Amino acid sequence: MRVVIAEDSVLLRAGLIKLLESTGFEVAAAVGEADGLLAAVAEHRPELAVVDVRMPPGYTDEGVRAALVIRREHPEVAVLLLSQYVEERYAADLLSAHTSGVGYLLKDRVADVSAFLDALRRVAAGGTALDPEVVSQLLLRRHNDPLGRLTPREREVLGLMAEGRSNAGIAAALVVSESAVAKHINNIFTKLDLPHAEGDHRRVLAVLRFLDGET
Amino acid sequence: MASTQGPGRARPHAPWSSAAWRDTAFTASGVPLHFAGWAILGVPWWGLMPVNATPILLLVAATALPVLLLARPATRAHRERAWAMLGLDVPPLPEWPDGPFRSPLRALRTAEMWRELRYHLLVGPLLACGALLVLACWTAGLLLSTVVLYAWALPDGSTLSLGTHAVRTALLCALGVLLLAAAPLLASAVRALDVAAVTTLLAPDRAKELERRVEDLAEKRAEVVDAADLERRRIERDLHDGAQQRLVSLALNLGLARETLTGVPDDAMKVIVEAHEEAKEALTELRTLIRGLHPAVLEDRGLDAALSGVAARVPVPVRLRVEVPERASSTVEAVAYFVVSEALTNVVKHARATSVEVAVLREGATLRVVVGDDGVGGADPARGTGLTGLARRVRSVDGTFRVTSPAGGPTTLTVELPCAL
Repeated sequence: MRVVIAEDSVLLRAGLIKLLESTGFEVAAAVGEADGLLAAVAEHRPELAVVDVRMPPGYTDEGVRAALVIRREHPEVAVLLLSQYVEERYAADLLSAHTSGVGYLLKDRVADVSAFLDALRRVAAGGTALDPEVVSQLLLRRHNDPLGRLTPREREVLGLMAEGRSNAGIAAALVVSESAVAKHINNIFTKLDLPHAEGDHRRVLAVLRFLDGET
Repeated sequence: MASTQGPGRARPHAPWSSAAWRDTAFTASGVPLHFAGWAILGVPWWGLMPVNATPILLLVAATALPVLLLARPATRAHRERAWAMLGLDVPPLPEWPDGPFRSPLRALRTAEMWRELRYHLLVGPLLACGALLVLACWTAGLLLSTVVLYAWALPDGSTLSLGTHAVRTALLCALGVLLLAAAPLLASAVRALDVAAVTTLLAPDRAKELERRVEDLAEKRAEVVDAADLERRRIERDLHDGAQQRLVSLALNLGLARETLTGVPDDAMKVIVEAHEEAKEALTELRTLIRGLHPAVLEDRGLDAALSGVAARVPVPVRLRVEVPERASSTVEAVAYFVVSEALTNVVKHARATSVEVAVLREGATLRVVVGDDGVGGADPARGTGLTGLARRVRSVDGTFRVTSPAGGPTTLTVELPCAL
């Protein structure tokens, strides 16, 4: 799988290249700022771009803006944003335009190699990977409160769904059977009045739209 | 020297004391300047003696203008005199903004100019009269007290001779001694009056001076607060670019080692796993620390966005309401952010609360931050270092800080901040 990396820290860029190349990815280009990223994506047409949020020149949300441009101009390129802090507001920007082929994770997550690679593959395949921290921020914003009708377990399942996990992934995380997960999900959709959707991806979309909706 | 003796107070001195001579010299030194104003105004009339209206007006104008022009240099001269002879430092008046030639008429509209004129033309001449009286006292005293020597030298039968007019001579001599004793007292009194006049009429108005000082200090404090805020951002950037990246890289390498190394002895692998976990914990701690300093999202998207991140990380359920239609200055936003994140930390540490409400509302020119929890209460700003730090940071931008926390709860923290410094 061909990947473009945009990360301004030289050290971490080298680390990411090593990680990806040693696990079967092909790093087409690795750049240090947003403009270089857009050029590299246009040139190499990778399947996935791994992008740091905070990059020169402004060191604020260059990566988020670049990701939006990439998703608009090259819809076939999936984008995974990495950041030292995840902010629900940046996630909302990203997700209001696209919920497929995007991811937003804390940089710390790269340390959990297999989970990180899992998220990479999920995003590249058109799925979603949202950091648990983002999800908890999103849940917080919905305080009045169809969410109050959910049981604690259902809230957990909702959170994992929002992160972009599949039924199997949720079942593994909660150590329950997949059929139990499916039952929880059914309950959630009923309680929140969401249209029942087939497939992980559209399900995430429905959940995120709900979480991102007005409070 | 003089300051220890209080140059503004009249007190008796012995005629031979240095203080007596100092007072005399000080009062006498003012005489030429004190008379200069009226000399400029009056002397030309002596020679010219105009009779018609126009020349009279012209002469008035021609004499008044130099007086106005010289008022400020004369004031400076009196300040120098007070400093050189009494060690009394009279603060300078504010400079005329437009230079000495355009300003005099404009300066007439200032209270300072009128006070100066009052000194130079009214009080000054009176003080000069006093100084002359002092000098006269000394001279007459000296002459009369020594009259006895003169009389002794005279032949018998003359008007003052000691033999025939002993009583008259003795009386005159006594009068001389009395005058000598009175001279230092008079000099001291005139000096005290002069000092009082100089400090009230030639120094800047105290209230105005204080006003200026308050403005100056407020400005300086705002600069300091801004500088501290800027410093916090710099530290945040440095940590973000340095230690944090290094730690991520370290954790990544350890993670890679943990997953890819095969054939490693069990105890070696155990060490790798431990190091990996510790690196990840260090990352989480560092992230919390850095975010508490100054989150980038605050600058970028404002309080609402930044606070939702803080609230989400708190293990207690938080209801967050942010209504700030117009953003406050970045320093004030940083303080509000700090208040909420510190207050939440306190709640988690001490309150044993089951829910927290946070409201940040803009009301006109104030930003109102309320953090309330349903915990055990008993928070005391006098003891908790967290609350003290909070109060200090709030005061640094002229905010108000109130905690109500009865034992048993609930606790409410209310902070009001001015939106602009």
